[in-house]
Amino acid sequence: MMIINLAGLLLIALIVWWFWLYKSEEAEVAEDGLVITVENGTYSPARITVAADSPTEITFLRKDQSPCSETLLIPDLQISDSLPQNKLKTISLPAMKAGTYDFHCQMQMYRGQITVQ
Amino acid sequence: MNSKNSNKTSCCSGKTKTTSEDITQIGQSNIDHASTQQELIIEGASCASCVSKIEKSLKQVAGVTSAEMNLAQRTVSVTGSAKSDKLIVAIEKAGYHAKVSTAASEDDAQSEKEAADKIYYKRLIRDMGIALSVGIPLMVYGLVVGEMTVSTTTEQLVWLLIGMLTLGVMVFSGKHFYVGAWQSFKNHSANMDTLIALGTGTAWLYSMVVVFVPEAVPEMARHVYFEATAMIIGLINLGLALELKARGRTSEAIKRLIGLQPKTARVIRDGIEVDIPIDQVMLNDVVRVRPGEKISVDGKVIEGHSAIDESMLTGEPMPVEKTVGTEVVAGTINKTGSILFEATRVGKDTALAQIINMVKRAQNSKPSIGRLADVISAYFVPVIMIIAVASALIWLNFGPEPVIAYAIISATTVLIIACPCALGLATPMSVMVGVGKAAEAGVLIRNGEALQTASKISAMILDKTGTITLGAPKVTDVILAGEFDQATVLKLAATLESGSEHPLAMAIVESAQEQGFLPEKEKQQESENGIDKVSNFKAIAGHGVQAEVNGKALLFGNEKLMHEQGVEIGDFVAKAQALAAEAKTPMYFVIDNKLAAIIAVADPIKEDSIAAIKRLQNNGIRVVMLTGDNRDTAKAVAKKVGITEFFAEVLPEQKSEKVQELQMQGEIVGMTGDGINDAPALAIANVGFAIGTGTDVAIESADITLMRGSLHGLADAIAVSKATLRNIKQNLFGAFIYNVAGVPFAAGILYPFFGLLLSPVIAGAAMAFSSLTVVTNANRLRFFKAEQH
Repeated sequence: MMIINLAGLLLIALIVWWFWLYKSEEAEVAEDGLVITVENGTYSPARITVAADSPTEITFLRKDQSPCSETLLIPDLQISDSLPQNKLKTISLPAMKAGTYDFHCQMQMYRGQITVQ
Repeated sequence: MNSKNSNKTSCCSGKTKTTSEDITQIGQSNIDHASTQQELIIEGASCASCVSKIEKSLKQVAGVTSAEMNLAQRTVSVTGSAKSDKLIVAIEKAGYHAKVSTAASEDDAQSEKEAADKIYYKRLIRDMGIALSVGIPLMVYGLVVGEMTVSTTTEQLVWLLIGMLTLGVMVFSGKHFYVGAWQSFKNHSANMDTLIALGTGTAWLYSMVVVFVPEAVPEMARHVYFEATAMIIGLINLGLALELKARGRTSEAIKRLIGLQPKTARVIRDGIEVDIPIDQVMLNDVVRVRPGEKISVDGKVIEGHSAIDESMLTGEPMPVEKTVGTEVVAGTINKTGSILFEATRVGKDTALAQIINMVKRAQNSKPSIGRLADVISAYFVPVIMIIAVASALIWLNFGPEPVIAYAIISATTVLIIACPCALGLATPMSVMVGVGKAAEAGVLIRNGEALQTASKISAMILDKTGTITLGAPKVTDVILAGEFDQATVLKLAATLESGSEHPLAMAIVESAQEQGFLPEKEKQQESENGIDKVSNFKAIAGHGVQAEVNGKALLFGNEKLMHEQGVEIGDFVAKAQALAAEAKTPMYFVIDNKLAAIIAVADPIKEDSIAAIKRLQNNGIRVVMLTGDNRDTAKAVAKKVGITEFFAEVLPEQKSEKVQELQMQGEIVGMTGDGINDAPALAIANVGFAIGTGTDVAIESADITLMRGSLHGLADAIAVSKATLRNIKQNLFGAFIYNVAGVPFAAGILYPFFGLLLSPVIAGAAMAFSSLTVVTNANRLRFFKAEQH
């Protein structure tokens, strides 16, 4: 029983680490922009970095059919746009100050982050 | 307050950008037609070699200065003076298809979206059918025939077969959940798919263990849960399908707006009238609209006159008269006459396209009330996983036998019942419907925050001129004296004033023209009699004017002028004072040193201002009037419309101070003005309302724009905001309660007291319908009707 309890607690610790503490690698937006694929409930890549103080563009390709994934929101930048299915959609980002900017779908099930540095 | 202001600052940066871009575009096109940039969507181009072929063919078209194609987006951007139809022909010749990328493609995007949704809906229904056709018989068997346990080898075999069948259901109907769960797991994120995949996966795996190695679990716990897996997959697919349908209805308002745009326009090209697709209409094209047809793009009438129904944009039911020089707006309907107009704004720049754009953006923005739900839904799924593990551990440690079965059921049920979607959907769905509903009533709400604040407005400041009143002075009274008749008086007065640009003078000229005493301006030159000659004209600053017409000495001005000139006005002074008390400006008209009449001019109060202000007051809102006008006029107008609190002789820059004053008193202040002079006050108010007609309004300048002049729009906007906020609160409450009560219930909190433990199938059904409930409740807002007026 002790082992099971320990295993359970370890599982909880793993959940906390995997979903909250772990930070995945960041993809960098190069000069020619970057395509973020929206598929199977995720943005891929979900974490991107862009240079500070210069406007940039990121392109989304939504393959996901769920209606939630249709809306893209970047609240801090007052951006809200809809992503057509199976079509590229370019979102222009203004010049931003260094910091992090979250983007997500309408229900926040799909989440990503732009790091400006 | 603070949050509101900071919000404003942050939106302004984005806002300014859009506006200035729009202005640049419009400006450029007006000034230099040769420098327009057009974007075409190319169909059929798939390789890099197509790019050079298309670019080359475009560069050969006369007037094209540059053509650049973006293969990834299948678009080509062309600069130059060539018209879009010539470009399309060139591309067609090169072997591809092309169309102009403008607001008209909104329509295409909408229909594409609908087609995609339809396919998705069908797939969900099919998946549901397959899953339930396995799940329902199994569940009925469990309920009617008996326990689904494994004790003999035959049972083992039968259940193995059923287990494989369930696996088939999982792969076929539930694949998207498992793939989605895995993908997000890899990305260190968790979503609804994660919960469903974990829940159904746990149930299935446990059942397979029971089937393969029954000895591994205590005899009492040798129960299989294949029906739960199949039922949950079926029910959640059903929930998703119904939600998709319901979501479609939430965007009805935007669909209606997009539908207002006609598909073709009849333009005059090279002297011939041709019907062309709307996206090919260029700036300065001359467009013909016949009675019953829709106006295709924004423009200025250059020939003919007609009544135009603008109700679809403004909510104003009365058709509006249009003649040469007046503006027409895309999407409105020409009722009576045939007109020719010149296109002044096309494509993305038309008022309709901008309204659609703005409503769309507003529909996706969130008021702060939804912020807590957002924070919760971001952490929700991992928390639920932790609760599921904790619940299983508690059952294992303290539960009755068979602990393993109870632990599995409770963990599965917790995973399945939790619904982050309901939380996530609660706010956006209501905002979507609410903003759309407001747009239908001619009220454009810029964002969710404005919607939320508007519902809390406690004081409303109204600008007088142009807001409560029409903003255009008119002759209201002509009190005759002596033997003179109205025709003579008005004609002479108008002739005298015809050269003046003073608003009061213009009101007199217009009045005489309306009553047929004076020919209209454009006809004046052609008129046989011509206009009577004015000689010895003299303006007496601040007092009035004097001149001679047809040998008659005319004098027109205020009481002081009369005294100075020694004109006997007798008891007419009292009459003049009575008029002044009614917010009118009385002026004495004298012919050959004899008083002929008092002509009173006033800026009339809009027909429905009194009723609309009463509506606001009945809603418990403190209504305050601000005006730059003198105290007497202000007092009279305020009295007439039933406002007790007013500030007169307020300079434009003082208006924002008044707003702050009220805010200091703890009021949530709404400010209503025409959006230009009142800009600082509009910006500083908690909610700024701009009164516009939909054509010339700076849509971006206020939090809320009233498309028609009527102040009823204010009460409508507040009513719609209140209804939406109430709806959001219901949704949030429902979603919170559902999750807060559902999760402990699923974990088995009631078991120690009542012996109750929720079945995973019930949890699946509850989960599937919880988000549907939220969307359906939001859809109830569609039936919201502003008070009749």
